[in-house]
Amino acid sequence: MTVHPILAALRRHKAGVSLIVLQIALTLAIVCNAVFIIGQRIERLNRPTGIDESNLIKISQAWVGAPSGDDAASIEKLDALQRTDLDTLRSLPDVKEVAASESLPLSGIIWSSDISLSPEDKGLTAQSAYYYGDEHLRSTLGLHLIAGRDFNAGDILHHTIRSTDVSPVIIVAKPVADKLFPQGDALGKTVYLDGKKPSTIVGIVEQLQTPTTASWGNPFAYNSVLLPVRLDGTSASYAIRTRPGREQAVMHEARKALLAVNPMRIMPDAWGIQSFSDIRAKAYRADRGMAILMGTVCLILLGVTAAGIVGLTSFWVGQRHRQIGVRRALGARRIDILHYFQIENLMIAGIGVVLGVLLAVGLNLWLMAHYEMARIPLFYMTAAVLAMLALGQAAVFVPARRASNVPPVVATRAA
Amino acid sequence: MFGYYLDLALRSLKRNPVLTTLMVLALALGIGATITTLTVLKLLSGDPLPQKSAQLFYPQLDPYPRDQPFSRSGKKLPWLMSYVDAMNLLHARKAERQAVMAMSQVKVTPQAQDGKPFYADGVLTTSDFFPMFDAPFQYGAGWASSDDESRAQVVVIAGFLNDKLFGGANSVGRTIHIDDHDFRIIGVLRSWAPQPRFYAVHLGGRDYGKGEAVFMPLQGARADGMTPNTVMSYGSEHTDMQHLETAQSIWLGLWVQLSSADEAPAYKLFLGNYAQQQVALGRFQLSRVALWDLMSWLRNEQVVPDDVRLQAGLALGFLLICVVNTVGLLLAKCLRRSREIGVRRALGASRGAIFAQFMVEAGIVGLAGGVLGLCFAELGLWGIRHQPAQYASLAHLDLSMFLFTFVVALVSSLLAGLLPAWRACVVAPAPQLKAA
Repeated sequence: MTVHPILAALRRHKAGVSLIVLQIALTLAIVCNAVFIIGQRIERLNRPTGIDESNLIKISQAWVGAPSGDDAASIEKLDALQRTDLDTLRSLPDVKEVAASESLPLSGIIWSSDISLSPEDKGLTAQSAYYYGDEHLRSTLGLHLIAGRDFNAGDILHHTIRSTDVSPVIIVAKPVADKLFPQGDALGKTVYLDGKKPSTIVGIVEQLQTPTTASWGNPFAYNSVLLPVRLDGTSASYAIRTRPGREQAVMHEARKALLAVNPMRIMPDAWGIQSFSDIRAKAYRADRGMAILMGTVCLILLGVTAAGIVGLTSFWVGQRHRQIGVRRALGARRIDILHYFQIENLMIAGIGVVLGVLLAVGLNLWLMAHYEMARIPLFYMTAAVLAMLALGQAAVFVPARRASNVPPVVATRAA
Repeated sequence: MFGYYLDLALRSLKRNPVLTTLMVLALALGIGATITTLTVLKLLSGDPLPQKSAQLFYPQLDPYPRDQPFSRSGKKLPWLMSYVDAMNLLHARKAERQAVMAMSQVKVTPQAQDGKPFYADGVLTTSDFFPMFDAPFQYGAGWASSDDESRAQVVVIAGFLNDKLFGGANSVGRTIHIDDHDFRIIGVLRSWAPQPRFYAVHLGGRDYGKGEAVFMPLQGARADGMTPNTVMSYGSEHTDMQHLETAQSIWLGLWVQLSSADEAPAYKLFLGNYAQQQVALGRFQLSRVALWDLMSWLRNEQVVPDDVRLQAGLALGFLLICVVNTVGLLLAKCLRRSREIGVRRALGASRGAIFAQFMVEAGIVGLAGGVLGLCFAELGLWGIRHQPAQYASLAHLDLSMFLFTFVVALVSSLLAGLLPAWRACVVAPAPQLKAA
């Protein structure tokens, strides 16, 4: 089939053709960028935290009327309160392990600082998030130790967050070790926290995400350090590993047990006792919402565009009823008529996607200038182009088949 | 004549119910999405204090060392101020009013026997805060500047906290237990919560929502051990939260009220002189300063979440495609009716009459799309109210957006109708009649 008659016919419908071209181009530009954003959000959602997330609970609570922690005696009192809680939780049925744990991945509570190779904070440094906890922390979180040893009870210090004491031993996540010691000999080496006193790396864990998902945390998203410190304060947090499937029961029992030991504490439903799956859902709620919204809009857009193509093509088929009859009478087969409309649509959609790719790149560049956005990979563009062409073919199929069913006898009738 | 066009348009729309539904639905979806996102955008980017915003200014200084700037690019000035600088500027009294502030999470223990303690958002500030921001009092009043210096243990509470603790009764003179200290209530605010909460930006407060629960004199609250939510250190010393007043840390926001925007250059000059003086004293290395008016500050700090702006852009693109789609479908419809137009023209209808007839038809589609779009917008806002965002409960359609919906609907549908109507009115009658 030659393209010439199609072009001649299209030239007579400039307005309609340009509308479909415009619609396809705009749809491609918007859908392509939206799908890219969705993809990025999903990638974010699926980042691993490095911990074993099932059967894990976090408890955060604050005592009312607790000592201020300004002097040694009151720090001891605060520590006693915390140890009582830990023992209480440990004695519950279905609890496998309990750790003092100031923070968890995705929980948003972050203490971070620079770790350096020399005391003056000069030279090679790695910005890292601190995970304070006791000797049960690594095993409770299910972190994979790839070198060295775990903390033992003798390593554990306890002080307030204001203290300037630095723990002599630390465990670092692999990205921190790799950054500071590219030769891979981090174990046993000395580093300086906050550019202060030296600490020795006694262990390396494979992976541990920092507690924040905010964009300012992206440059050091997996730079984590475990500090053997039970943080004393008027509030304290604990991590609990339960037996499989017993999360809900333990959450219920833990609340009862802790309030029985000391009712003067703040432990609201919203953030007092949470399973890690709740923490994950909360951390990524906005991302998930955005992905769902954009996905819905994309689907509706594609639907609207497909409907527009069906509408205009149906009209053309109606208008060319007689011509189709004449062609059929002159020997054109049904399949020829079908192909005619399909090729016509392919040509229109082809112009649309070329224009659309330009628009999509332009929109992407604009978004990159104004928002945190990466360049759309070629893969997304190709997929979007193919999808738009397929959408056009699918939309044109019904009216085109109706056209192919026009009987040749129409040619002999009056218009 | 209009009635006749209306009748013609309704008949024509009824003739192709599927096509009509498609047009109305597409337009309604576009309008619904646009109105929903624009309502949220308007809510989030609005002027928090319309009557006062032109007079409120936010000064910035830079105490950071030259080789370790506040921002990586070195271009941004520090968001907050150190205690020493904030107090120096406060006591200089170069503006009509001035107040320093920090946000703090405080533990509130109700007096009732079985009252469960809870956390609340608190503002640690100075006496000018209330008159400067036009905070309305239901009972009592704010504290005097002498109370700031004497570290008086007084507190102003928000209306919602008064409702919760005292059932809405006049609680002035009663005490409230905050962070294990007793404070005397001297004022109760009416419901007051500027959106966005411009004064909480970078202080670790919430940008949107129902507002803070308690307002306390800064020095007194600090003496009782309350700590600000955000502290950034610019020195090499480890920051001790007990001695923030002398630490090399920024943790306070300073707002000033000038009699008019014309006073801003003079105040900026004063700031510049102050910074130069600090350089001379060796406290600062850089003498750069900035002074923002309220709305520029909010824009510059991009308080409106990126996602919300992206959604609004997406919705506008969506509406554009829906309008293009409606143009296409209306065009298809009108070209199919060439013969009808030919007959009407032959019977004496003028081009203007044909044009008007098709515009009326487009207008009807637009109005129907607008009404349905309004339903979609209400549905969308209902959805947003059930989101976990801070601003969720504020998302309501106001009258101006309600009217705006119909303007958008009519304008977009009339624009969509323009091309088809023009094509219709230039149809030559003779060939159409001949063919028939």
